Amino acid sequence: MTIASWLLYIIVGAHALGALAALGLRGAAGRVLGATGAGAGSLATLGLGAWCLGTGTVLAITAPILPLTGLALRVDGVSAFFLIVAGVAGAAASVYGAAYSAHYEGRYSLRLLGAMWNVLLLSLPIQVLADNALTFLMTWEVMSLSAYFLVLTEHDRRETVRAANWYLVVTHAGFAALVAAFLLLAAGDPTASFAAMRSAVLAPGTRDAVFVLALIGFGAKAGIVPLHVWLPMAHPVAPSHVSALMSGVVIKMGVYGLLRVSLDLLGGGPAWWGGLALGVGAVSALLGVLYALMEHDLKRLLAYHSIENVGIIFMGLGAGLVFQSYGLPALATLGFVAGLYHTLNHACFKGLLFLGAGSVLHATHTRNMEELGGLIHRMPRTAVGFLIGAAAISALPPLNGFASEWLVFQALLGGSTIPRAEIAVVMPIAVAMLALTSGLAVACFVKAFGITFLALPRSAEAAQAQEAPLAMQIGMGALVLACVALGLAPFFVVPVLGSALGGVGGLPTASVEFSLGTSFRVAGAVGQMSPLLVALGLALLIGLTLGSLRAFADRRLRPGDTWGCGRIGHTARMEYTATAFAEPLRRIFAELYRPTQDLSIDFHPASRYFVESIEYRSAIHPWFEQALYTPVLRLLRGAAHRVRRLQAGSLHLYLTYMTIVLVVLLIVARWPR
Amino acid sequence: MTGFLLEAAQVLLALALAPGLVGLIRWMKARLQNRRGAPVRQPYLELRKLFRKEVVLSTNASWIFRAAPFVVFASTVAVGFLVPLLAVPLPFDEVGDLLVVVYLLLLGTFFLALAGLDPGSAFGGMGSSREMTVAALAEPTLAVAIFALALGAGSTNLGQIVGRTMADPLAAVSPGHLLAFAALFIVMLAETGRLPVDNPATHLELTMIHEAMVLEYSGRYLALIEWAAALKLLIFFALLGNLFVPWGVAATLTPTALSLAVGALLVKLVVLAAAVAIFETRVAKLRLFRVPELLSASFVLALLAVTSSFLLR
Repeated sequence: MTIASWLLYIIVGAHALGALAALGLRGAAGRVLGATGAGAGSLATLGLGAWCLGTGTVLAITAPILPLTGLALRVDGVSAFFLIVAGVAGAAASVYGAAYSAHYEGRYSLRLLGAMWNVLLLSLPIQVLADNALTFLMTWEVMSLSAYFLVLTEHDRRETVRAANWYLVVTHAGFAALVAAFLLLAAGDPTASFAAMRSAVLAPGTRDAVFVLALIGFGAKAGIVPLHVWLPMAHPVAPSHVSALMSGVVIKMGVYGLLRVSLDLLGGGPAWWGGLALGVGAVSALLGVLYALMEHDLKRLLAYHSIENVGIIFMGLGAGLVFQSYGLPALATLGFVAGLYHTLNHACFKGLLFLGAGSVLHATHTRNMEELGGLIHRMPRTAVGFLIGAAAISALPPLNGFASEWLVFQALLGGSTIPRAEIAVVMPIAVAMLALTSGLAVACFVKAFGITFLALPRSAEAAQAQEAPLAMQIGMGALVLACVALGLAPFFVVPVLGSALGGVGGLPTASVEFSLGTSFRVAGAVGQMSPLLVALGLALLIGLTLGSLRAFADRRLRPGDTWGCGRIGHTARMEYTATAFAEPLRRIFAELYRPTQDLSIDFHPASRYFVESIEYRSAIHPWFEQALYTPVLRLLRGAAHRVRRLQAGSLHLYLTYMTIVLVVLLIVARWPR
Repeated sequence: MTGFLLEAAQVLLALALAPGLVGLIRWMKARLQNRRGAPVRQPYLELRKLFRKEVVLSTNASWIFRAAPFVVFASTVAVGFLVPLLAVPLPFDEVGDLLVVVYLLLLGTFFLALAGLDPGSAFGGMGSSREMTVAALAEPTLAVAIFALALGAGSTNLGQIVGRTMADPLAAVSPGHLLAFAALFIVMLAETGRLPVDNPATHLELTMIHEAMVLEYSGRYLALIEWAAALKLLIFFALLGNLFVPWGVAATLTPTALSLAVGALLVKLVVLAAAVAIFETRVAKLRLFRVPELLSASFVLALLAVTSSFLLR
C-alpha cells in the first residue's frame, strides 16, 4: 500500500474511533478522546493533502459501499489543496475544542457534539475527494446535517433553534439546486462519474443552466448574498470551535464545488459566467463588511466578515473564469490562484478570530462588545492572537490576508490588457469595490479589537476575565503561525497553487519569475513584491528606531491619568463605544442601512423643561433580506397550508396516494421514448 | 551596491527634509494670512524638545500604545525605501509596488487608531473612528488611481511607472494622467490630515481627527509620530511630483544627474507646499459628513482617469 492510501485509512479510522469514543465514554475521557481522534484525523488530512500536492500522487479508490455506483474517491491538485485547508483549520479547532467544550459538561450533550464533530471532519476530506455525483451529493448531505447538529448544540435557546432551522432550509434549497445541476451534467444518468461528465458534450443552454444552478447551490453553502441569511444567525450560536470550522472550511466547500463544476467538469464557459461570479462576489464583499461594521456582537461581526471574504474569493474565481473565456490562460491561473490562496488564508485567520472570540466568550460569558474592554491586560495571549488575526483579515502587510488580496488586485488590474469596452467598465469598479471593502474591513477590525481588548473594561465580567486554558491557546497559536508563514511565503505558496491548478480545465501551470530571491511576479500580474523582505525591513527599522531612541532620547516614563479635560477619575462610561465608533460610517451609508430609531422621553410632571429619563433605541435590519425573503416565506406558508389538506390523517388515504404514485412512476418509467 | 547606498541616502534625505517641509507650509500659510509665522526650522526644534522630554503614559494603556509609534515610524520609513525620490530604478523597487505602499501606510494608521482607543479617552476614540472612516473612504480612489497609472505603464511598481512617463513625455499631459493627479491630490489632503478634511493647526478637540487620535502621546513617542506624519506628507508630495512630473529623476547614477535630481525634488516639494499653503488659506474645513462628498468627487476623477486611459490607448 502506498503512503497516500495509508493516510486515507488513518483519516477514516481516527475519526471513526473519535466518534465512537465520544459517544461511548462519559465526561472528560470522551471529550478528550473524541477531540484526539478529530485532531489526529485532521492532521492525517493535512498530511494527505501535503503529500499528494508535494509528490503529485494521484490516488483513486473505488469501493462498492454505496448503491448504484459505489464510492469513488480521487485526489488531484485542487482536492489536495482543499485537504490542506480542512486539515489546518480542523486540527487547530479540535485542540481548542477539547478544552472549550468542557464548560458544556452537564448542560448540553457532549456525546453528540464530539461524535458530530468527528463526522463533520470526516465528511470534509471525503467531500473534496468525491469522484462521482452520488458520492459527492451523499457526502454533501452528511456534511450539512452534521453541521446542523453542531449548530444545535445549545438547543435550549430560541435563537439557536431559529438559526439552525434557517440553516437547514437554505442549505437544502441549495442541495436541491445541486441535485438538479448534477442530473443535468450527467444527462440523466445518476451513476455518472466525474470523468464521464468531463467528456460529455452538452448543449450551451444546458451548460448555462448547470452553471447557474451550481452557483445557487454552492453559493447558498458559501454564504453569497442574497443566500447568506443563515450565516450571521448560525455562526454566532454554534460553539466557537464549530464556528471556526464552519466559517473557515465548511463554507469553503461551496468555493470548492463551484471551482470543481465550473472549471473542471464544465471546463469553463462564456464570459458572463465569470462576470456573474465576480459581480455577486463584489456585492457580497461590500455588503458583508458594511453590515459587519454595524454589528456589536463579536461573533456575528465575524460571521458577516465571512460573507465579505467569500465575496473576495468569488471575485478571484470570477476574474479567472472571465480571463479563461477570453483565452488568457496565464491571467486565468492568476485569478484562480488568488481565490484559492485567499481560501486558505481565510481558513487560518477567520479560524483564529473565531477561536479568539470563543476565548472571550468563555472568559466573560458575553458576545456583546459594549460590555467588553480592557481584555488585553487580563488575557494577553488571546489578545495577541486576535490582533494577528485582525491585522491579517484587514490585509495588512506582511500577514497572509495581504498576500492574497494583493493577488486578487493583480488579477483585476491584469485584466486591463483585454481591449474590450465591458472590461473597461467592470474591472475598475471591481477594483474600487474591493478597495472600499478592504478599507472598511480595517476600520471594522480597529473597532473589533480596540473596543474588545483595549481601554477600560465596561462590565464586571470583563474586569474579572481569566486567560483561556492552555489547549485553547495552543489551538490559536497554531493558526497564528499559519497566518504569519502564509503571509511571508507567497513566493513558495503561489507556485505550489499554480501547479495544483495546472491541467484542471485546461489551465497552464502558473509561471512565476523571481528577483531578489523572494520578490515574485506571476505571469499576467502587473506588479511584483516580496512580503518577506518587507517584513525583514520593518523588523530592522523598528529595531533601529528602538535602539536609537534608547541611545539618544530621554528615557524617563511617568505613569499618569488619561487626560479628561481636568476631570479626575476616569471611568469606563467615558470611553468611546462600538456604536459610537461606527457612527460616522452609519451616517454616511444611512441610505443603505435605513436604521430605525426609537426615542422616548419621560418629562417631569411639573414642567417639560425637566427630563426624568431618556430612552433611545436604534436598530438596523437588512431591509433587502426582508424585501427578498418575505414574499418567498409567504408563498411557502400558503403552499404548506394547501398541502396540509392532503394530510387528513386517514391511513386509507395515504395508501391510496402511494398506489397512485407507484402507478404513475411505473407508467413514466415504461413510457416508450 | 551604489543602488543600496543611494536608497539609504534618499531615505535619510527624506527624513531630514520632512520636518522642514511642514515648517515651510506653516510659514507660507502664515505669510499668506499676513502673519509673521514661526521660522521654517520650528518643527526641528519641536522634535528636539520632544525627544528630550519625559513620556507621560496613561495607566490604562497597554503595550499597543507603546508599540504604535514604532510601527507607524517604521512603516512610513519603509515606504520611503519603496518610493523613487531621486533615481529610477532602485534595487528595492521590486520589493513592493504601489499597493504595498498603500497598505504599509494603512498598517501605520491601523496601529495609530488602536493606540487612540487604548487609553480609554473619548477624544482618542473619536479621532480613531474619524480617521478610520476617512481612510476607508479614501481607499477606492487610491486603488482606481493606481489602476489608471498601471494601465499606462503596464506595471504597479513605482520605478516602472516613473520610467515609463520619462520615456514618453507626452504621457504626462494625457487626460488620464491629469485626472489621476487631481484625484490623488485630494486623497493626499485626506490621508495627510490637511484642510479641508482635517485641520493640522486646530486645538479644539471636537473638530480634530489626527490630533485627537494622538492626544495622549507625549515626549519621544509624540516625536516619532509627528516625524512620521511629516515624512508621510513628504512621501505623498514626492509621489505626486515624481509619478506625474518625473522630470529631473536620475536615470543614471552619475553625480551630475543625482545633484540635478536633488534640485528637482526640492523644486517639486516647494511648489506642492506652496500649492497646499494657498489651498489651505482659501478653503474652510469641511464638516465631517461633507468629507465623503469630497472623496466621492476624487473617486469620480479617478474613474474618469481610468476610462480615458482605456479610450486613448
